[in-house]
Amino acid sequence: MKITLTVNDEAYPLDVEPRRVLADALRDDCGLTGTHLGCEQGVCGACTVLVDGEAVRSCLLLAVQCDGVPIRTVEGLAGADGEPHPLQRAFSAERGLQCGFCTPGFLMLAAGALERDPALGEEEVAALVGSNLCRCTGYEPIRRAIMRAARDHRNGQEA
Amino acid sequence: MKPTAFDYLAPGTVGEAVDALAAGAQVLAGGQSLLLEMHLQRVHPNLVADINHIPGLDALTVADGTLTVGALVRHKTFESPGAVPGPLGDLFGRAVANIAHPPIRARGTMVGSLAWAHPASEWCALAVALDAVVELRSTRGTREVPAGDYFLGPFRTAREPDELLTAVRYPLLAPDTGVAFTEHRRTGFSFAQVAVGAALTIRDGVITEARIGLANCADRPLRAHAAERALVGSGPSSPVFARAGETAAEQDAAPVPEPYADVDYRRHVIAVLVARTLREAAPV
Ligand SMILES: Cc1cc2nc3c(=O)[nH]c(=O)nc-3n(C[C@H](O)[C@H](O)[C@H](O)COP(=O)(O)OP(=O)(O)OC[C@H]3O[C@@H](n4cnc5c(N)ncnc54)[C@H](O)[C@@H]3O)c2cc1C
Ligand code: FES
Ligand code: FES
Repeated sequence: MKITLTVNDEAYPLDVEPRRVLADALRDDCGLTGTHLGCEQGVCGACTVLVDGEAVRSCLLLAVQCDGVPIRTVEGLAGADGEPHPLQRAFSAERGLQCGFCTPGFLMLAAGALERDPALGEEEVAALVGSNLCRCTGYEPIRRAIMRAARDHRNGQEA
Repeated sequence: MKPTAFDYLAPGTVGEAVDALAAGAQVLAGGQSLLLEMHLQRVHPNLVADINHIPGLDALTVADGTLTVGALVRHKTFESPGAVPGPLGDLFGRAVANIAHPPIRARGTMVGSLAWAHPASEWCALAVALDAVVELRSTRGTREVPAGDYFLGPFRTAREPDELLTAVRYPLLAPDTGVAFTEHRRTGFSFAQVAVGAALTIRDGVITEARIGLANCADRPLRAHAAERALVGSGPSSPVFARAGETAAEQDAAPVPEPYADVDYRRHVIAVLVARTLREAAPV
């Protein structure tokens, strides 16, 4: 089927089989390999991307379902000048990653939540962090990183 | 693994969708169970009908004391306080927090859960406890099936393969109904080992109505009729609730052994959780 994926504001005209999941289309057809695939069962969250602003599992969505819908991936987080996104800076500052396999998924999960509600509280962040798997950090640094990004965001707005 | 090849249709109306089902299509709603099963190649449809583009199926309406939930209402809708009025909304809000996690809840649908009929599904247990009615549409017409007659076993329902589940209806709960939902599972990610939802009406110190839904306490969702009978007419107290828990575990439940949870263990958990849920539901 002919579709156009709109990823990070760029159009990717593709010809894909209906059975192709969004994650594979992003990685193999668009060449955006920042989105990772772990379980392909909705469990690990490594494949989390924003579809129409909502953090979802790109392994449980068909590419053909996303024709014309705005998609954001980890490649779209940094500014045009390469300046890291506040979440990326916070993950670095809090040691929120070790091997980095889970990181794109956590970043997009947090980006979706922060864009919806910049006043994210402790409880929401704890529930959010429980959505994805990390085999390295023990989650606490990831939780702190998201809290820090939320705080920076609030301070930035007040300044 | 990857899904096997199939043809894809995105019907724009319910009429087109049921025509596709008559031609053998499998419905794609939230896809949070279907695509997983397709990855595992346990399900391999030749034709998939994506109902996400049908206007109106996302409606959530309240009229004449009845809540109607359309086929595209996502799990996360029920996280918003006030999405559903009164104690029914409160009960749904308590239950939904147990379903997977936010990214799955953003896509998955309540009606899709009823269609899939996983024995551990929170929504399925509440549907039987609350006397929900499902609406089924096919090229042959529309019919309604009470939830009590709808669930036939694990992943088995009264829905014919060519029927679209268009909506589910629930009678609203009276404003003085107390509600609670509790769940026991191995990890935050797991499906429920046991989950219990309850709605209690207590008037003048006497329980006048009790509804108890049990998830993963049998091969299908159950309403704990024997435990409810043991409650009605009694005053709310811890011993009464404990006895109701034992009744639910011994008479209502028919637990199936699972890894890490044999039948005796499950009966024990059911008794404890039912009593705990009732204590929480009892308005004090
Ligand atoms: C990691 C993970 C954890 C999960 N944890 C839980 C949990 O704790 N509790 C829980 O209850 N669920 C859980 N789920 C399942 C999730 O709730 C699904 O959203 C739900 O089971 C199915 O809803 P859906 O809209 O995604 O349906 P789909 O996946 O689109 O469809 C499921 C099945 O129902 C059929 N179907 C769907 N809608 C209709 C309709 N309107 N008419 C006819 N047939 C239809 C489909 O053809 C398919 O066979 C989990 C899923 C994942 C991936
Ligand atoms: S790869 Fe999608 S959730 Fe694991
Ligand atoms: S940093 Fe290695 S899995 Fe999270």
